[in-house]
Amino acid sequence: MNPQETKKAAAQIRKLAIRAMAAAGYGHVGGSMSLCDMLAVLYTDILNIDPKHSKKTDRDWLVLSKGHCGPALYGTLAYKGYFPVEELDTLNQGGTSLPSHCDRLKTNGVDISTGSLGQGLSLACGVAMGNKLQDIDSTVYAILGDGELQEGQNWEAIQFIAHQELANVVIIVDNNKRQLDGYTQDVCRQFSLRDKFTAFGLNTLEGDGHKVEEIYELLTLAKKSGKPSAVILNTEKGRGCNFSEIPDFNHYMVITPDMAKSAYDEIDRRLEAGLC
Amino acid sequence: MLVNEFAPSAKELRAAYCEALIDAARKNDKIVAVDADVQYSMGTKPFYDVFPHRGINCGIMEAHAVGLCAGMSATGLVPFFHAFGCFLTRRAFDQIFLSCAYQDLNVKLIGGDSGVCAAVNGGTHMPFEDVGLMRTIPNVTIIEPADTSILPTAVKTMADNHGVYFMRSCRRNVMQIYRDDAKFTIGKANVLRDGSDAVIIACGIMVYEALMASMALQEQGISAAVIDMHTIKPLDGETVVKYAAKCGAVVTAENHNVVGGLGSAVTELLAESYPVPVERVGIVESFGEVGTQEFLQQRFGLTARNIVEKVKKVLGRE
Repeated sequence: MNPQETKKAAAQIRKLAIRAMAAAGYGHVGGSMSLCDMLAVLYTDILNIDPKHSKKTDRDWLVLSKGHCGPALYGTLAYKGYFPVEELDTLNQGGTSLPSHCDRLKTNGVDISTGSLGQGLSLACGVAMGNKLQDIDSTVYAILGDGELQEGQNWEAIQFIAHQELANVVIIVDNNKRQLDGYTQDVCRQFSLRDKFTAFGLNTLEGDGHKVEEIYELLTLAKKSGKPSAVILNTEKGRGCNFSEIPDFNHYMVITPDMAKSAYDEIDRRLEAGLC
Repeated sequence: MLVNEFAPSAKELRAAYCEALIDAARKNDKIVAVDADVQYSMGTKPFYDVFPHRGINCGIMEAHAVGLCAGMSATGLVPFFHAFGCFLTRRAFDQIFLSCAYQDLNVKLIGGDSGVCAAVNGGTHMPFEDVGLMRTIPNVTIIEPADTSILPTAVKTMADNHGVYFMRSCRRNVMQIYRDDAKFTIGKANVLRDGSDAVIIACGIMVYEALMASMALQEQGISAAVIDMHTIKPLDGETVVKYAAKCGAVVTAENHNVVGGLGSAVTELLAESYPVPVERVGIVESFGEVGTQEFLQQRFGLTARNIVEKVKKVLGRE
């Protein structure tokens, strides 16, 4: 990887995600921002994909189980050329190809529809198992929110992954420690995610979800291990967008054009300063 | 189309289903079986013996298993998932809705122990609402076999056609009413007896009861047609309206709550397109109970005798 190029990609993705939400006037800013660095690494340095052949059989798949953060994925897909960046300005409008939650039937490059939290990992398991049974060399990356891990279906899927030794699916947790109603610690404590994944038999890795080099290293280690793996990426909800970093409630925010402009300037300033 | 003398089927319904699935899987290498720790109850173990690498027993996790099937189908496989109907449709409803149907994936759902066929497993295991739940999901096809003869056609249709299918099933022997060479088209009802005074529209185990009722009514000078509505959705509206027009009185019969199932489907159609008096035989505002199937059919009125009474009642309303 070229870390500087990946950081530039992350900055662009942040700006494009904000552009989409600003066009709508609102959006899931916090959870979208915490995702941007891992999406930049995945789409720049990890995934075997071809935006010109988005359905190619042996591609790697990405399942964004926290589907409400579609704008971050849409920004990424637009950045990669799956569709024109101008489409971002139609987010949530009637008839758009970019609905608030990810929809594989509407958006080129979205592999699986998500939105009902807790369902994405089972779908990812199915894709991984389907590819395995058909001898297709592919890895499925499933991004889950830490709040989403309160849903029991995840733990059915994790038990399944471990039992089936399903090594072609990699769990990524966007561990931003917050959910809609507040801090995860206050709503329903997670205790140690690392201990829980390890207890379920997964190769569990953990690191900083805003350092692109570290994200790359962890995802590469997970893939190379040949074992069912979970990568916990510690993130901050709202990170990288000045107006979403401070408030306690940044799950869903109104965005004015001035706020968006200020965020773009700050993202550029931080990129130049080598910050995120 | 019908046998000369009705008798219990030579095979259990589950065994006939598994044979049909194995046969379909020999011709289509994309078919896989998925189970949730009820392989023996659902009769799918022979599939795993024939295709050890094309069967996945998830353990007791219906919600995950449905999502798994959806994901597998996204890669081109054709998964058939087997579970008790109640836990399949009630517990995994959101997964069937969003992971499968909402994103137009290709999953076949087999719900066992339908209605009173759950028998001694009792009320916790007795789905009277599964068809109603599935009917509300757009584009889901719903099949309920009367006996073993439709199963090869049903399985082949499910395997060959894209989309979410839900088939109600029972594990034990049922009354065999069709000859082996009977023909079926999914989505097209079978008219088993013609009639002119009333029409009985039935599905599943109630088709046999409807035939018995029609014969009893004939002895009393009442001519009742019998239709096997083996495909509950999409409903064969053309046949329903044709016989409503011909007879002017309709009785539905189902091993299911009268709300949401075949009775609802028929009355909704007729209310909008050809209003005639309708009476419904089925479960009325009750949970399941424990007992033999025979006891439970008597308990809930799922009998030829009750159908006869409903036909007489509906004729009185004309």
